Amino acid sequence: MECRDGNLVSFVEGTVEKYGKGRENLLPVLREVNEEFGFVSGAAFIEISRVMDISIGEIHGVASFYSFINEEDRGKYVIRLCKTISCDMAGKEKIEKTFERELGIKFGESTKDGLFALDYANCMGLCDKAPAMLVNSQLYDSLTPESVLDIISECRRKI
Amino acid sequence: MSEMIKVNIDGIEVEVESGATVLSACEKAGVKVPVLCHHPDLNVAGVCRVCMVEIEGMGNLQASCAYPVTQPLTVKTKTNRVRKARRMNLDLVLAEHYGDCYTCPRNGNCELRTLADEYGVDKFKFPHVDKPRYAKDTKSFSIIRDQDKCIHCKRCIRTCIDMQKVNVYETANKGHDVEIQVALNKSIADVVCINCGQCVNRCPTGALWTQDVSDQVWEDIENPDLFVIMQTAPSPRAAIGEEFGYPPGTRVTKKLNAAMRRAGFDKVLDTNFAADLTIMEEGTELLERLHKVIVKKDKSVKIPMFTSCSPGWVKFIEHYYPDHLDHLSTCKSPQQMYGAVIKTYYAEKIGIDPSKIRTVALMPCSAKKYECNRPEMNASGYRDVDYGLTTREMAMMLKEAGLHLADMPTEEFDPVLGEGSGAGMIFGATGGVMEAAIRTVYELVTGRPVPFERLNITPVRGMEAIKEASLKLEKVKKEYKWLEGVELKIAVAHGTANAKILMDKLVDGTLDYHFIEVMACPGGCLGGGGQPIPTTPEIRKARANAIYQEDEEIEIRKSHENPLIQKLYKEFLGKPGSHKSHELLHTHYTKRGQYFVKD
Amino acid sequence: MVKAKEKRIITGKFTPGSGIKAALAGKPEEVVQEVIDSGLRGKGGAGFPAGLKWRFAANEKSDMKTIICNADEGEPGTFKDKYLLDNHPMKVLEGMAIAGYAIGADKGIIYLRGEYAYMLPSLEKNIEDIKKNVFSKLKVGKKKFEFDIKVRLGAGAYVCGEEFALIESLNGNRGEPRNKPPFPIQKGYLEKPTLVNNVETFATVSHIIEKGALWFGKFGTKSSKGTKLFSISGDVKYPGVYEFELGVKLRDVLELVGAENTKSVQVGGFSGINVTESSFDKTLAHGDLPAGGSIIVFNKDRDMLKVLKNILEFFEEESCGQCTPCREGAYQLLKGIKMIEKGEKSIRYYKDLCDLCATMKDSAKCGLGLSIPSPFLSITNNFKDEILYR
Ligand SMILES: Cc1cc2nc3c(=O)[nH]c(=O)nc-3n(C[C@H](O)[C@H](O)[C@H](O)COP(=O)(O)O)c2cc1C
Ligand code: SF4
Ligand code: SF4
Ligand code: SF4
Ligand code: SF4
Ligand code: FES
Ligand code: FES
Repeated sequence: MECRDGNLVSFVEGTVEKYGKGRENLLPVLREVNEEFGFVSGAAFIEISRVMDISIGEIHGVASFYSFINEEDRGKYVIRLCKTISCDMAGKEKIEKTFERELGIKFGESTKDGLFALDYANCMGLCDKAPAMLVNSQLYDSLTPESVLDIISECRRKI
Repeated sequence: MSEMIKVNIDGIEVEVESGATVLSACEKAGVKVPVLCHHPDLNVAGVCRVCMVEIEGMGNLQASCAYPVTQPLTVKTKTNRVRKARRMNLDLVLAEHYGDCYTCPRNGNCELRTLADEYGVDKFKFPHVDKPRYAKDTKSFSIIRDQDKCIHCKRCIRTCIDMQKVNVYETANKGHDVEIQVALNKSIADVVCINCGQCVNRCPTGALWTQDVSDQVWEDIENPDLFVIMQTAPSPRAAIGEEFGYPPGTRVTKKLNAAMRRAGFDKVLDTNFAADLTIMEEGTELLERLHKVIVKKDKSVKIPMFTSCSPGWVKFIEHYYPDHLDHLSTCKSPQQMYGAVIKTYYAEKIGIDPSKIRTVALMPCSAKKYECNRPEMNASGYRDVDYGLTTREMAMMLKEAGLHLADMPTEEFDPVLGEGSGAGMIFGATGGVMEAAIRTVYELVTGRPVPFERLNITPVRGMEAIKEASLKLEKVKKEYKWLEGVELKIAVAHGTANAKILMDKLVDGTLDYHFIEVMACPGGCLGGGGQPIPTTPEIRKARANAIYQEDEEIEIRKSHENPLIQKLYKEFLGKPGSHKSHELLHTHYTKRGQYFVKD
Repeated sequence: MVKAKEKRIITGKFTPGSGIKAALAGKPEEVVQEVIDSGLRGKGGAGFPAGLKWRFAANEKSDMKTIICNADEGEPGTFKDKYLLDNHPMKVLEGMAIAGYAIGADKGIIYLRGEYAYMLPSLEKNIEDIKKNVFSKLKVGKKKFEFDIKVRLGAGAYVCGEEFALIESLNGNRGEPRNKPPFPIQKGYLEKPTLVNNVETFATVSHIIEKGALWFGKFGTKSSKGTKLFSISGDVKYPGVYEFELGVKLRDVLELVGAENTKSVQVGGFSGINVTESSFDKTLAHGDLPAGGSIIVFNKDRDMLKVLKNILEFFEEESCGQCTPCREGAYQLLKGIKMIEKGEKSIRYYKDLCDLCATMKDSAKCGLGLSIPSPFLSITNNFKDEILYR
């Protein structure tokens, strides 16, 4: 699903080439690096800084502003469960427990095998089909404990 | 000039230029508005929200520092609504701040504490941070960070990005987790910080400070085996008075000499002397470079030559333009030249074993602390300069010792290497090194003094971002025939953002000068990162005036006419640019990473 | 009893090309005037008259202007822009082109929240289609009509829905709102004049220009013309997106969506207000209940303290964090309410929190911080017993 060991330098150079060097292309570049490698590493910050000629501090300041840009390798599947009110009322807690018990970790943690990370997110625009979550950039709605187990199995199968 | 617009501030009518802020209108009306994120040197942030005012016709209060006047306004600054909002925002700042004032370096001169005082804060309205949450970052030779004191005003960020173009800091995270960090949360010692200390000078709190070496200095003073020699740069004496309640621009040179002797320094020497020495070496280097370029067509020799007495600037070019280090003069800064000469020639003169000598430099600068710790700075066989003390630290030492400048008699510098010329004095102001150098170089080449009234080379004076001048060399002396008719082109930049403009031209190949002075700090050393807080455009001007006045009052105003300098060359160094000079007074530079320090 | 009826305009039928063709038949000033005459208010929450903003933008002189479609839709309980982009993308794209023609911009950007990344391929295809099948066949005088649209993704930051935060984000910076003035129409994307409107605003414009301001004025109330999409969630049988004429009664809406045993309703999202039974007969319209579009329903079993904490947590995390009243204020409101809950603070402290709200409402830098007090004050006022004296 995601390529982790791609060549960072050429990937960054290629991405910057695609979007352009201007500062206004920083977020798309960060997003693509994040997507490709699962996170933006210290080395990636340096590469982006070098190619786009923006200081590291500014790039990291931008990256850390956005919830979906990871700064460490959180896992192959980063699960972000919506914790905002409509999802909360629609049974977020059950979903939460299902995940924690099935994966043996708490929210905020990653599994040892590097497959899953559990996180929260805020409202993702699926309140009418709550509870909802994101697995990497894929949205899932109308979650039930059963559907969550299916989704986890599906992820495991895909490796 | 743009259009003038009427603003009514609490009933007082003033006129300001269109686009000026409401805050500046308030200042004009003599109405003081509290600020925490605003600083006269910096771009608008509008984040602390303590400068709120009521503007007629606006639903909400407005931040006066950020609101531009583009039409006539009626402003109220003292209503209860305004007072309450300011006080509440101040209460919030205090809640997120770890306020252990007793142990804080800014106790006594803290903008936050002053506001709390002025607003009668008598209790914490909200649960507040009562334990430190961060480890202090004390790894750097120059800059210390204590994030527990940070109030997120972003002055440091704006300083480092906009004024200095060094880009050390970042705002990280969002929401309540926002932190002002060094890039990637590294130690400031491990990034591209040039140690200029400009951020320290603008921080309203004790979150940023300089590495204070005064305790070690006290210990060395008390150690009977050690002989502690003070050298004082021109800028501190034009500013330290501010720490003792004198208005900016008060000259206290001779009182300071007395105070430092009483504090226990065995000798008090004048760095202006070393500045003269720098001019001799740098002037000679310039002429040598010009000769090689013009006469020998030697492509390996680089013109323009940049001055190298500002260690912040040196580190800037090492980080950001490592391929252009050949343009830097190889001369050490006056501080380091002096250190090397003190521990050799001077030690012999006064008959003291150099291993027993400790040299302390009173400097306006935090980068000098880093500079004296550079591994290569041991030409004398010892650490040439043991400690760099800032003006602020010196003031604190004197206060600690109960030495108040007002009570001091006036005393001269110690002799032998004691005094400098007026040319050395003006090193403290932007353009000063250039002026001093030109006074000497022009006369060396033509045999006549520079063609300026009272030797004041006014085109290179003042606070303009980049100053340029040119000087035609005519009727030159025989040995400089090759310079006949040459138009000597010079430029002066202060603040590394301005230096960067020149460097980018250099990279493009469009920089057409022979000699360029760069000082890392705005206004030159008088605006250094170790100077009293606050430092503002007005204060810089006042300090500059003090420096230029002192120059005019010194009898000898050209470095090469300083008899002590002539004696030093005769007895010890030979001539400028000699082998010995090179050993002691010149240095080399290091290519550094653009991102992090490699060590 | 008259039940609320859905009125399908924005979610109704539309012939692609009919809006932009009608626009190009007139002068740009006429298009702007039409939007002014329609009385259309922006649908992104603030309700600013769209036509007026267009006129300001049209009057700016610049070599470059940009149209931005705000599809950041992050207000909790809102999902109507998602519905529009999923089901009626052409109207939105056409509305952007109409705006471009009206104010003199030849480029548009859709700022799509990161959560909606799945839409990207279809949206980009739709853009290709409309350029090929509609725009390329149109002419302005003798010249070919040109309007380019690209999509930029957010990456998880609610505040980026605020127009300046959005622009900063597009400019490659942290999504921190700026001081106003200057406004985006003066200095926005790449520091050039920029018109920001909501997805639904653009979709509505396509209809207005096709059918005219007079037609549009027939719907809604005097100060809130037309229809509006509402995202309805929480304790209701039929959650989803509904289109009503503005001025519809809240009670009627609740009935239609199957809300039973309703204790209170959060109207206008988290930045809106909380209302109870006594206000259910108010209308959703400018000057009455906030018509921001998000309606979250709580039934009698819900713990309003928990709701309040959920809301405050959201703001504490989603504040951009630059200005004091919002960064620290949201945190202190949450902390204060928890301390009262645990008995660590006297109820008296509630008054301090209300004072804090007054300052936040008066001195925060942007709409986010300015509106945090609304849910706090309305919920605590409505449920004093449940929250303060429990
Ligand atoms: C915190 C905050 C979040 C906002 N989020 C959105 C949003 O998601 N979508 C939107 O269209 N407008 C949002 N707005 C309003 C925008 O600032 C702006 O007013 C709007 O996009 C203008 O479009 P309109 O006039 O068509 O409504 C938000 C405002 C604030 C203060
Ligand atoms: S920064 Fe100011 S208020 Fe804070 S501890 Fe230091 S002196 Fe006190
Ligand atoms: S000392 Fe100078 S370079 Fe270092 S962080 Fe401060 S302003 Fe930036
Ligand atoms: S370190 Fe000082 S200048 Fe920088 S943000 Fe914090 S308080 Fe402000
Ligand atoms: S009010 Fe909140 S979101 Fe808006 S600028 Fe201030 S901190 Fe940022
Ligand atoms: S509250 Fe979870 S998607 Fe909106
Ligand atoms: S001084 Fe104006 S907002 Fe900080």
